[in-house]
Amino acid sequence: MARKLPETDVVIVGMGWTGGILAKELAEAGMKVVVLERGAMRRPEEDFQVPRIRDELRFGSRTDLMMNTAQDTLTVRNTPDQEALPMRRLGSFLPGEGVGGAGSHWNGVNWRWGDMELQIRTKYEEKYGKAFVPEEMTIQDWGVTYAELEPYYDKFEKIAGVSGKAGNLRGRRIDGGNIFEDARANEFPLPPLEDPLSGVLFAEAARKLGYNPHPRPSANASRAYTNPDGSRLGACQYCGFCERFGCESNAKGTPNVTVIPIALRNPNVTLRTHSWVTTVNKDSDGRKATGVTYTNLLNGEELEQPAGMVILAAYGLNNAALMMWSGIGEIYNPSTGQGLIGKNYCYQTGTSAQLFFEDKFFNPFMATGSWGQNIDNFNTNWEFDRRPHNYVGGSTIAAGGSNGRPIEYRPLPAGTPRWGTEWKRATRKWYQGAMAIGASGSVMPNRANFLDLDPTYRNVFGQPLMRMTFEYKPNEIRMTEHIAGVINSIAETMGAASVNRAGPRRSWTVVPYQSTHNTGGTIMGRTPRESVVNKYLQSWQLHNLFVLGAGVFPHNAAYNPTGPVGALAYWAADAIKNQYARAPGPLVQA
Amino acid sequence: MASDNGLERRSFLKGAAVGGAAATTALGGTTALAQNTAAPAAAPAAAAAAAGAAGGPGYQYLKPDEAAFVEALVDTMIPADELSPKGTDVGINIFIDRALADGWGKGDRLYMQGPWKPGHPNQGYQLALTPAQLWRAGIEATNAHCVKTLGKAFDQLTTAQRNQVLTDLDAGRVTFDSGLPARVFWGMVYQNVMEGMFADPIYGGNQDKAGWKLVGFPGVIQNNRNNVVAYRNKRYEADPVSISDMS
Repeated sequence: MARKLPETDVVIVGMGWTGGILAKELAEAGMKVVVLERGAMRRPEEDFQVPRIRDELRFGSRTDLMMNTAQDTLTVRNTPDQEALPMRRLGSFLPGEGVGGAGSHWNGVNWRWGDMELQIRTKYEEKYGKAFVPEEMTIQDWGVTYAELEPYYDKFEKIAGVSGKAGNLRGRRIDGGNIFEDARANEFPLPPLEDPLSGVLFAEAARKLGYNPHPRPSANASRAYTNPDGSRLGACQYCGFCERFGCESNAKGTPNVTVIPIALRNPNVTLRTHSWVTTVNKDSDGRKATGVTYTNLLNGEELEQPAGMVILAAYGLNNAALMMWSGIGEIYNPSTGQGLIGKNYCYQTGTSAQLFFEDKFFNPFMATGSWGQNIDNFNTNWEFDRRPHNYVGGSTIAAGGSNGRPIEYRPLPAGTPRWGTEWKRATRKWYQGAMAIGASGSVMPNRANFLDLDPTYRNVFGQPLMRMTFEYKPNEIRMTEHIAGVINSIAETMGAASVNRAGPRRSWTVVPYQSTHNTGGTIMGRTPRESVVNKYLQSWQLHNLFVLGAGVFPHNAAYNPTGPVGALAYWAADAIKNQYARAPGPLVQA
Repeated sequence: MASDNGLERRSFLKGAAVGGAAATTALGGTTALAQNTAAPAAAPAAAAAAAGAAGGPGYQYLKPDEAAFVEALVDTMIPADELSPKGTDVGINIFIDRALADGWGKGDRLYMQGPWKPGHPNQGYQLALTPAQLWRAGIEATNAHCVKTLGKAFDQLTTAQRNQVLTDLDAGRVTFDSGLPARVFWGMVYQNVMEGMFADPIYGGNQDKAGWKLVGFPGVIQNNRNNVVAYRNKRYEADPVSISDMS
């Protein structure tokens, strides 16, 4: 039997970006907050120091900062008629573990998702008619609007120290920024980073073709910066060790250098690491959460932490698993369409071309996780007519490589020998002479893509692994076919000696790495009939349970998810402080 | 080439060039690996000679026939030429041996609960074998394939024959009689050889930073802020710096 601890006002599961933001905000509002993190403590001054952190084998190949699949993983398959098998080691995506979570080792690409996403069904039906959205595509409006979120996007950009250039300042379109973005009240807190050669060449080619290149917004500080909380970020050194690594210069906007240390200085916050939450507990009539049960991994003791409010702030997929294990809500069933936990799981798609130049030097190791130039002509550009291409969604297209770490990065023209002297000669030559143009594409939800519990495989606590069923559907395949054509047409104008052409992505595989942008499973929306949480990320079922992270996204956009993850965390924190704390109960009437 | 850390880098290299003693101290004796890799790091030729005299560099995991296979493999994939020393002189055989002997080889971070099923390639690695066990089974199966088709074990073949075997493996044209999926073994072989060529020398491969010198990767010191514009479209060259150089 679990030993019962004294009750606290709030218990938070997970100490990454969202757990850090909520802990800081709620503690400052006077609430007593306990944070349970299943991984270890991580302090940049100890954990992210040179030379140790610049070990590509340990952190890049062996994913030392990530979730340990020996203890907990998922089973995976493409379609419901297949048998799912365990993801035995990380590949396609890399959930974080430890204090800072995936926020410690992200690349820093930070976008605002606008009304094209937040009101997706309304907008597509208005423009293209109801029949344009296939029946099995379960897109829905999110219940929150860009106008509501704008101040929170602004807040998160200032906290994370985002470098970029506005393209739509209060309705004024500014050439050189992303003119298709929804209106922002303020410029980015920091000017754009320097451009790599690949960005310069791509922007030149894109402009000639009539596209609108702009710097990719980046939470890698273009200069030393102090954020509104007083957190100090260093200037980016372009070291090429962002994604999968911690930042030695404190230049990457991470929770480890911003919200978490502030929260931990607040006497209202108690952080317990190595604390593995297994269940969210609820009262007998199933109307309120009563706290969580967890195991202290330092001694194996099971503990119950009662709390007035429970906040799920683990990686999105793990929030969904916790709700399934706890019997909160009904697990989605694809054959009936009933149940909401696990519904609308989406991944990311994309495609890229590699260009090889005889006369250029890219110095690929001088790089940062998010920089270079992007075009949004096939993404947030609402004037882009999807009808002839017959798909819902969009793609960013960008150039600006994130690293030259040589275990991972050794571009070669197709057909090059894979070993021997000729391989060495080509590897040496093209390491300096190659660049890529890459697209990141949206994925729309589909009835046959979902999360539920596996009938066979279990984690170290004996709980069923979550089962992921996911495949690219015709909508996404048509999109990558179209975008591959666009990329190839840009590449052809750039004077490369040879090009590994972009092609469509047809089937999802769990290897190799593609993207850690997993969305859905605990989706938000306007009514309890269509969503797990309301617009404030509050559970419709248990009003003192809030669920954060990208699991609440009802679909996945082309854009990276951290911008709205951060904005929604601040938005939910305000709703809890200003509304819920005064009058606990549903914030939206069902 | 000039950079803001030119001085630091030169002093690190000077420290490393003093020889095995400096490197061993730098590694702090945290692993047995440190002792074993220090000498090749400082002077690959001398180390190779010493290894010959003493009967080999000292393997932790690989048995003699397996070591012969791995040495032949890495010298075939990374031959000596004007671009780098051969695979064994770069320490790739030692890298592989140590990787298989340590936690990674024993299945650290690998979900090892059954039931075991072949699965679809989209579902990733599904064998009931740790990396060390996979290498053992794969070497045995590859040697059996070589004996069956060419009459000799892999390390006894000519260079041309070895290259042909590897080409067949790479093209998916080999089926092992034991049932071990050749595709999966070859995938791990290729990945580990590349890791041994390009990982930090602290792991036993990439000795004298041969892999980093091949491509021009500067290593762990990367303060590129002042260079990112100055060297746009100009080749930046620097003597690479490894973890032990800075420790």
